[in-house]
Amino acid sequence: MTLDEIKIGGMGASRRRVEDNRFIRGKGNYVDDVVLPGMLHMEILRSPVAHARIRSIDVSKAWEIPGVRLVLTGDMLATRNLAWMPTLSYDTQAVLATDKVRFQGQEVAAVIADDPYIAKDACEAIVVDYEVLPVIVNPDQARAAGAALIRDDKENQPDNKVFDWEVGDRSATDKAFAEADVVSEVELHYPRSHPSPLEPCGSIADFDRSTGKLTVYMTTQAPHIIRAAVALVAELPEHMIRIISPDLGGGFGNKVPVYPGYVVSILASILTERPVKWIEDKTGNLISTGFGRDVYLKGQMAVRKDGRILGVRMHTISDHGAFFSDAQPSKFKIGLMHSAFSCYDIPAAHLTAEGWYTNKAPGGVAYRCSFRVTEAMFFQERMVQAAADDLGMDQAEFRRINLVRDDDFPHRTPFGFLTDSGQYGKCLDVALEAIGYEQFLKDQEEARKKGRLLGVGISTMTEPLGAGNSREYDILGIKMFDSAELRVHMTGKAILRTGAKTQGQGHETTWAQIVAHELGIPADDIVVEEGDTDTAPFGMGTYASRSTPVAGAAVAMVSRKIRAKARKIAAHLLEVSEEDIEWELGRFYVRSSPDRGVSIQECAMAAYSNMPDGMEPGLENVAYYDPPNLTWPFAAYVATVEVDPETGVWDVLRMVAVDDCGVRINPMVVEGQIMGGLTEAYAMASMQFITFDAEGNCIGSNYMDYLLPTAWETPGFELHEVVTPCPHHPIGAKGIGECATVGGPAAFVNAVMNAVQHLGVRNIDMPLLPDRVHAAINTRSDISGAPPVRTDSP
Amino acid sequence: MYPSRFRYEAPSSVAEAIALLEEGKGEAKILAGGQSLVPMLKLRFASPELLVDINNIAALDYHHFSSDGALHIGALCRHEHLEKSSDISSRQPTIAAAAPLVADPIVRTRGTFVGSVCHADPQGDWAACMVALDGRIVAQGPSGKREIPVRSFVSGPFQNVLAYNELAVEAVIPAPKGTALGGYMKLERRVGDFATAAVAVAVDVDGGRVTRAGIALTGVGGTTIDAADAAAALVGSSLDAETIARAAELAAGVAQPRSDHRGSASYKRHIINTFTSRLLSGIAESHEKAA
Repeated sequence: MTLDEIKIGGMGASRRRVEDNRFIRGKGNYVDDVVLPGMLHMEILRSPVAHARIRSIDVSKAWEIPGVRLVLTGDMLATRNLAWMPTLSYDTQAVLATDKVRFQGQEVAAVIADDPYIAKDACEAIVVDYEVLPVIVNPDQARAAGAALIRDDKENQPDNKVFDWEVGDRSATDKAFAEADVVSEVELHYPRSHPSPLEPCGSIADFDRSTGKLTVYMTTQAPHIIRAAVALVAELPEHMIRIISPDLGGGFGNKVPVYPGYVVSILASILTERPVKWIEDKTGNLISTGFGRDVYLKGQMAVRKDGRILGVRMHTISDHGAFFSDAQPSKFKIGLMHSAFSCYDIPAAHLTAEGWYTNKAPGGVAYRCSFRVTEAMFFQERMVQAAADDLGMDQAEFRRINLVRDDDFPHRTPFGFLTDSGQYGKCLDVALEAIGYEQFLKDQEEARKKGRLLGVGISTMTEPLGAGNSREYDILGIKMFDSAELRVHMTGKAILRTGAKTQGQGHETTWAQIVAHELGIPADDIVVEEGDTDTAPFGMGTYASRSTPVAGAAVAMVSRKIRAKARKIAAHLLEVSEEDIEWELGRFYVRSSPDRGVSIQECAMAAYSNMPDGMEPGLENVAYYDPPNLTWPFAAYVATVEVDPETGVWDVLRMVAVDDCGVRINPMVVEGQIMGGLTEAYAMASMQFITFDAEGNCIGSNYMDYLLPTAWETPGFELHEVVTPCPHHPIGAKGIGECATVGGPAAFVNAVMNAVQHLGVRNIDMPLLPDRVHAAINTRSDISGAPPVRTDSP
Repeated sequence: MYPSRFRYEAPSSVAEAIALLEEGKGEAKILAGGQSLVPMLKLRFASPELLVDINNIAALDYHHFSSDGALHIGALCRHEHLEKSSDISSRQPTIAAAAPLVADPIVRTRGTFVGSVCHADPQGDWAACMVALDGRIVAQGPSGKREIPVRSFVSGPFQNVLAYNELAVEAVIPAPKGTALGGYMKLERRVGDFATAAVAVAVDVDGGRVTRAGIALTGVGGTTIDAADAAAALVGSSLDAETIARAAELAAGVAQPRSDHRGSASYKRHIINTFTSRLLSGIAESHEKAA
């Protein structure tokens, strides 16, 4: 009897997440849950000012507090060449400040004590004398003549520029613009935001001098990269470093970089020969760790009267904070910004980018964005809407004219990527049908006559997910492939390990489903383990929606290696030649006599007890997978809103999401990803931003100022699917983790703009807080930039 | 959470609590719901030497209407109790409207009405309701009880007039002069956010005419703002459109909003006008329907 794949928890089963069993019982094992014998506690003293020279640091009062074991400053780190560390973007970052502080919240000193209360008390006893310097909080100030030089620590750094970068064909683009009937322009700001995982960052370093082994429990999405970084920075032998990333309470890109706290806790453990725990507080996480966005986006679109797009120009100005410390493929300075317009058939495009240092926290690519794809797609969809409006053409029709057609694959994108599959028009049609587009336009017209403002916004996009292929993608030169190791035990149960690291994505559930699909071993018989560099095969970790495209493919490939060996064992057991063996889910059988067969479990037992002569015993293997291309999922998001003209408050009436992420391993998990992503998209469109006042004080350093939406205000989402299998992925899957966060914001913003555009408003920058929407309606003008921090007195 | 060190006591009677406050000599803090105090301890904005936890004093956990129609709210009455009370929803519309808008559902299960008024946050919801309703706080010290009208109880942002050895044991909202009507409207960026602006309205009506009115504003000044002139404009009226428009304008006029990342001063003033007008129109409409 053929196995029912859904019943064994294979591909397509909405299998309940196995990890939730421990999470909902409060039995998760996060870094802060780990307690080691003799463990000390570390607290970091942070700078209260954004830019200042350090005249002196007096730690004598801190040392006097009973229970204090160690006080560290930058000068003490400098004696060990650890005051600065390399970033994952070929820059350097201060571990503990020596010469200057360069952003509010920067790490200045650390106290290691018997308990965290003492450590905190001792931090308050440290006296730092700061000589305050002029503060730079945006790229305009950074490039002004006579601007203070932030990175005076670097040689050959005469100004505050991080980089200039260019991609595309300038002359072909100029030519396209010369032929245009209409040229549309937009100028946007994507405000700084923060991934704010529920669990902040932290580490426990445990150096054992007797063995020379360093074990670090750490909140990291990429434990193997961290192992390499620690080996290089701390000059410890790599085989004596073990990084364990236990359960993670969310990551969203925030837990990719190497943070000063990790490094200091490692040094503190080496010096004290005791385990040292450092757990960041929420404010520390918000003001000092990897943020997202903070980019000014300008551009133009050349359009023909019949609706065809001829060319696009883009210029981005990004604010990287005090250190260029995000992690991104080293070939690209502004991440994958040039993935913009990949779903449209546009003959010519040109992008210029500039990056600037400011007195703000470092980072830039975090927050579920796949290396700046979020900004690229937001710009794309706002630009497309502006061009449709300028042409006087329906926004859906304009997209339909320009979307890449199903028979045009493989398709070379405007900036040179190669997309391989999709049904873009169909996805858009499904979304428009679901929202009732034609009827809504009529309702909108009627409502307007009564002074009500209704709007509908569309966002369609494909994005490059699954870095990488090793030709183009690396971090610090390390190629971006991934791995899986599968050990099938003699009773047919198995353990699977990968180089990825789940943070909530549900790998423990879904990887087992891939194995079940490939081998017919029930998913419940497979345990999945990740995050321990001593046991997991080398991998680049989980971010950029890369786990299913890369590690997930490795899981399929290693299962196939196992199946190939099991086939030989089956032939041996069935006493036929391998060529006479057929496979069906979970079972080999003799082609000429289908009743004669052996199960995969019987083959597993034989691998340990009755293998053919000359065969290596056991049933284990490892696979490294280097994908031939990125995966290109597609999404069509359509939102309808009503704006209250008296208050500027806008409510989402409906939000329809049509995602094509290829074959879905676990539909429920995929839907969870989409709903979470749409929630974040709604947050960014409506309320979320981090800004700074003129002195560089971070406005958004706590959850009263930096808003995470609750279930109360988050709208309902209506999800639909279209399935176009990925042609190069072993199970046809594409990335999905970031699609909704990336594509969602433009749908909400376009909807609000659609509601107010007839009043003479072309753009309101995010977040669309009620006062900004009200001001735009009232003044009939655009509202640009981050919400200002006003300090006028009552 | 790593606050500074403090001594912790959990007395089981008001007398014991007051004795502990005496002992604390001004360095003691009362812990009721803790929804404002605990975050302040965590951030070390507050570092009291002694924390007097009153949660074991069961006698303070009540709310009821006395025979004269006044509403009494004990110091341990949680926001949630007011939100879910059928008495409140049928007899005290201003409180009933505000209760579900206080903070978020989690805070409401723990935070207390009296604690919130004592905290005197200019963005707190209950202080505005108390001002609109002419509420009083009952303070108890070593020498007995005294009643303090809410307008003189709050002495500034996060400041009240309680002596160091006094405990606020109860809030009292006087009986209405006629039928109690009212409402509360708040603009917030997200559930649990402090108000961008909010308006509390309480109107007593008898024979189709307003006999008493109170309007108070949240989040648009250094303390809760008493829009007394706006309220006075309503007294004697039948809540006609013209009166409502005048009251809304007067209310917006006394607002002292500050521009910040929640919105500009002029926007907040505009919201006060819009909300006052919407609240009063809604009240007029529902009263007309009932009549």
